[in-house]
Amino acid sequence: MLLELHDVSKSYPTGEGVLQVLRGVSLELAAGESLALTGESGSGKSTLLHLAGGLDRADGGAIRFAGRDITGLGDGALATFRRESVGLVFQQFNLIPSLDVASNLAFQARLGGRFDAAWTERLTARLGLAQLLARYPEQLSGGQQQRVAIGRALAARPKLILADEPTGNLDEATGDAVLDLMLALLAETGAALLMVTHSMRLAARLGRRVNLAAGKLG
Amino acid sequence: MNARIVLLALLLLATPALGQGFAGLGSDVRGFAVPQPDVALVFPQDHGAHPQYRIEWWYVTANLTGADGQEYGAQWTLFRSALAPGEKPGWQSPQVWMGHAALTTASAHHSGERVGRGGVGQAGVSLSPFAATIDDWSLTSRASAGADPLSAVTIAAAGRRFSYTLDLDAKGPLVLQGDRGYSVKSAHGQASDYYSQPFYAVTGTIRIEDRDVAVTGQAWFDHEWSSQPLAADQTGWDWFSFHFEDGEKLMGFRLRDSAAGFTSATWISADGRPEPLPPGALSVTPEAWHDVKGHRVPVQWRLTLPAKHLDVTTSALNEEAWMDTQVAYWEGPVRITGSHRGRGYVEMTGY
Amino acid sequence: MLVHGLTALLSHWRRHPLQFAMLLLGLALATALWSAVQAINGEARASYQRAAAVVGQDRLDQLVHADGSRIAQTEYITLRKAGWLVSPVLEGEKRYGGERLRILGVDPVTLPAEAAEVNVGAAGLGLARFITPPGVLIVSAATAQRLQGEETPPLAIDDAMPPGTAMTDIGISQSLLEAPGEVSRLLLAPRQPPDVRPLAEIAPDLVKRAPAVESDLSRLTDSFHLNLTAFGFLAFAVGLFIVHSAIGLAFEQRRPTVRTLRALGLPLRGLILLMVVELLVLSLAAGLAGVALGYGVASLLLPDVAASLRGLYGAEVPGTLSIRPSVWGLGLAIAVAGTLASAASRLWRIATMPLLAPARPRAWSLASERGLRLQAAGGLTLLAVALLIVRFGAGLVAGFAALGAMLLGAALLLPLVLSLLLKLGQRLSKGVVAQWFWADTRQQLPGLSLALMALLLALAANAGVGTMVQSFRLTFIGWLDQRLPSELYVSTRSNAESQKVHDWLATRSDAVLPVWNAESRMFGEPVQIYGVADHATYRQHWPMLEATPDAWDRIARGDGVLANEQLARRQHLQLGVPIILEQGRVLPLVGIYSDYGNPRGQLIVGVGLLTQLYPDASRLRYAVRVAPERVPQLMAALHDTFDLPAENVIDQASVKAFSLRIFERTFAVTAALNVLTLGVAAIAIFASLLTLSDMRLAQLAPAWATGLTLRRLALLEILRSAALACFTMLAAVPVGLALAWMLLAVVNVEAFGWRLPMHVFPLDWLRLCLLAVASAILAALLPALWLMRRQPAELVKVFANER
Repeated sequence: MLLELHDVSKSYPTGEGVLQVLRGVSLELAAGESLALTGESGSGKSTLLHLAGGLDRADGGAIRFAGRDITGLGDGALATFRRESVGLVFQQFNLIPSLDVASNLAFQARLGGRFDAAWTERLTARLGLAQLLARYPEQLSGGQQQRVAIGRALAARPKLILADEPTGNLDEATGDAVLDLMLALLAETGAALLMVTHSMRLAARLGRRVNLAAGKLG
Repeated sequence: MNARIVLLALLLLATPALGQGFAGLGSDVRGFAVPQPDVALVFPQDHGAHPQYRIEWWYVTANLTGADGQEYGAQWTLFRSALAPGEKPGWQSPQVWMGHAALTTASAHHSGERVGRGGVGQAGVSLSPFAATIDDWSLTSRASAGADPLSAVTIAAAGRRFSYTLDLDAKGPLVLQGDRGYSVKSAHGQASDYYSQPFYAVTGTIRIEDRDVAVTGQAWFDHEWSSQPLAADQTGWDWFSFHFEDGEKLMGFRLRDSAAGFTSATWISADGRPEPLPPGALSVTPEAWHDVKGHRVPVQWRLTLPAKHLDVTTSALNEEAWMDTQVAYWEGPVRITGSHRGRGYVEMTGY
Repeated sequence: MLVHGLTALLSHWRRHPLQFAMLLLGLALATALWSAVQAINGEARASYQRAAAVVGQDRLDQLVHADGSRIAQTEYITLRKAGWLVSPVLEGEKRYGGERLRILGVDPVTLPAEAAEVNVGAAGLGLARFITPPGVLIVSAATAQRLQGEETPPLAIDDAMPPGTAMTDIGISQSLLEAPGEVSRLLLAPRQPPDVRPLAEIAPDLVKRAPAVESDLSRLTDSFHLNLTAFGFLAFAVGLFIVHSAIGLAFEQRRPTVRTLRALGLPLRGLILLMVVELLVLSLAAGLAGVALGYGVASLLLPDVAASLRGLYGAEVPGTLSIRPSVWGLGLAIAVAGTLASAASRLWRIATMPLLAPARPRAWSLASERGLRLQAAGGLTLLAVALLIVRFGAGLVAGFAALGAMLLGAALLLPLVLSLLLKLGQRLSKGVVAQWFWADTRQQLPGLSLALMALLLALAANAGVGTMVQSFRLTFIGWLDQRLPSELYVSTRSNAESQKVHDWLATRSDAVLPVWNAESRMFGEPVQIYGVADHATYRQHWPMLEATPDAWDRIARGDGVLANEQLARRQHLQLGVPIILEQGRVLPLVGIYSDYGNPRGQLIVGVGLLTQLYPDASRLRYAVRVAPERVPQLMAALHDTFDLPAENVIDQASVKAFSLRIFERTFAVTAALNVLTLGVAAIAIFASLLTLSDMRLAQLAPAWATGLTLRRLALLEILRSAALACFTMLAAVPVGLALAWMLLAVVNVEAFGWRLPMHVFPLDWLRLCLLAVASAILAALLPALWLMRRQPAELVKVFANER
């Protein structure tokens, strides 16, 4: 198994007390598989994704990546994990605003020492970003930004892509095009995908779907 | 507070508010000499300064008629005030001098003032030749050798918009006031040494507002010194010097206090014989008042002296004759009508 | 409606208390340093004013001798006798123990009312006591304290007296100053009688001097105070950067609120009014705090200022401050004006912004690129203006204007220069983190540029003034060696003693060189004239700047004059020009020498000529050449033989130490203001980083998400701040050098009349750089710590709207 979540729980302190977001979630994702995570607002989808990506720590349970438990890792090891093994695509604030498109594309790959110029070039071409390399994120449209984010996530050829509403800020046609592109590239690299979405239409295009309700998988 | 005002408080030693009479002249004697009765005045020595006494003045008032037919009044005064009895050399001298000069017409009254320290030559009185000076103001003797220095003098003074040089020639003898020069000023015995020369004939020139006018007339000279001329409760005085048309003269004064006041007078015959009159013989009554520079002063007086069948009324040539000097008072020429006619000067202090 | 609008606007500050604090702090600090300088200058000026007013020099015409010598008292009497209303004043200095007392003798009887600033009759004084020996000295309470235990005449206190000055009767002063029958000048009453004989007839040797609108003292010290004022301005400018950036940020962050309020129906006019009122209240509060703080700073600095004014100019300034309404008024006004000026562009933008303009945060980098170029163009223009002023301007004010233009121009150029440096850094760096570091630093520039400009000003001022002071010190020390070659300096107390001491020393030393001098008024200024003997001491050591080859021969023959540099510069004297001395003697200028630390003009002639032309010259002092090892023994012998007080016999080392001490104190204030300015700049950086730290999160989160730890990011944040400070220092070095050059070659020449060679002290810059980096690191520490303490949840919140 590429990713295994076993009885994972997570809570946050809020103004009105402790909010139990995840209550014992177990999930498995095989290499190359694509899984849609759906659920109502506040069901804990994004939290689950963040835990899987090593952005946050679970309160209980275990998370294993390629057989290795990442639950107990320190900040440094988690950062290394993110750098080398995970590609992230978020709804917004995904790119580094001070770097141009080319640098953003290459950023994570170079950070993890896995930069492959030929692959990046091909990725750029496939994403239709060749003309935009010198631009800065704020000079791009939402669809273009998201394509850069996908490119950056894939540039290091990670085994796992985590996507949180990647088309949430885009109109339907653009969103579809971006998703098409992402799925096609995933197929090329063989990476697994865990995507959070509230759209059944989009979820249906992925290999498998699980639904999260009140902190539990339904 | 300005140093000058302080200075004057020092110079003339207090204010009426302190209950020591006008300009502090009622304060106590503190080591100064005091006038004694039965001590004869000796001239010319007594024309000079008496530094052992606290205050002293040489005073000239002149009633003048100009070539232009106008009436004028002129005043020339040198005051001496001692901070301590006696004289010391240079700046250490405790003698402080003050000059007042004025020129009065029916429509204007110009006055000037000079102050200075003794000991350095700026001001003082010398005997031979006789000269009383402060700055460029002077009263200098022109008398021939052997004659009394005051028998012929020239007075000169200048201020803003006026100046004068007047020759004064005595047509009669010096006149001792009071009891042979001992002039009693209150019922408590305060007194001064006091003599006059009321018989001056005047010729000279006055310059007033850039206009020179030749003048002639009569002048009256007083020299008086004391250490405490006022009693503590006396607040000021009204002083009169009259030249009557028949050649007789009258000197009279009233010292005001909380009660009826103290009056004294000397009748002077045309040939210069003084006749001192007892206290209270003269009665003076203000009949009209005038506001000048914030002070309310009498400008018309009725004087009666039954012993001499005198009943006269004065009228001021210029009711505005206020001496706006640091120690301020009214001093100006008057016309006299009634039982006797003539001209004279009135001085009123402490208003 | 307005109340609710105000509540909405003010709620911003509740949510951003630090921003609020920074705004107030910045404004208060700016006002504080400005007010401190104003309070100090005000105190000093009031003191000069009092010194001048005490006998009415500032209001009355005076009669003086053209050559500055004293007037015979008989001449005073002559004038009075001619009808002139004049009053004598005798002025002189007397030492009581170590205290130098300026004695003013007046005649209270003739003193014109306009001149009577001090109450002669105060303290129960009678005129009799005042004029009768031993008399009375009227002094201020502070002066009385300093004179305690000295054998002075009885003292009377009047705090209207300027410090170090005693008023007494003219007669008393004549005996205290040993000047019987002499007066210094005659005050003319404003109204003189008409028809008096003209002065030219009565007193042809006296000249009328108009009331001194500014006394010699205030003219001499003008440059010193202008210096302080310039620093006050600089500090204010630096503080204003904080205000500007805090206000800018607050307005930017409140744009959504503003849009909402307007959408809800608050009229634009009302909104602007609310914001102006808000700013007024804020600036008044901060201004009040600032002025109060300023008084604190001023009272700390004043003793040093007073000491250097006394040492440099002999100007007495009290060591305590009085509260001046003008300082409060000016302080508040400048606080309000500064705030409104800082907010003007923001208010304008709100006034002209369409109602539904997008409320998204400013498009930083793009807008800034253009803005940077525009700003840099402005900076270059200012630099050009500065150059033009230096080239064509004249006068001290022009000098400072050039300095101001240069500093502001450099500050405006700074962001572009930094941007280019950072771009270079990015291009040269290989690693992806390094590249990101540079790119991200560049992105921070717009937010930090104001604070960095403030830092640049502070650093440049430090480097520049430091270079100037050090150059001055180096030159000064060398000059002292030249100027003070003699081993011993002796002051006698009377001409009789002088002769005896001279004869006694002549047989016991290698040479006894007269240091005799006279005071005169030439070229419309007071000038000291010294007479020197013909001796190798002068030929070998005297610090000549330029001279004819036979200069010393001609001086010895009484056939030439030397002038000090400041006099030569002020009067545009060149070698060979004729100098008109006393008694119609005209001699050529044969040399110009440097004379640092002396504000007055000075001439040197042969000692024989001095005594011939100026019979009244002071002949009391000598420089003695003797083997150094014999100095202590000779000093003791002098003391025993003539009972000379210790301060009258001084060895070379003591004179030098004394001179250096004055020098150090003179610049102590400058140094203190320097440090304070740097502190304000550090606070500016801190404030900027603090206000930016919220915004930073969104920029740092992606880097964190893609695999950088918070610790590393925090370290990079600190490094970034240090790097910016370091680069700013690099930029500050040339600016500081330019500043030092302008101070030495333009301002000093105008202010003091001497030009100094410039020396460079790179080690000082290194120290300054370390200081700047340290303060930048300190400023970045707290925001970095906050970043490290962030919970992952706060960071991921950036990416998601839900959990």
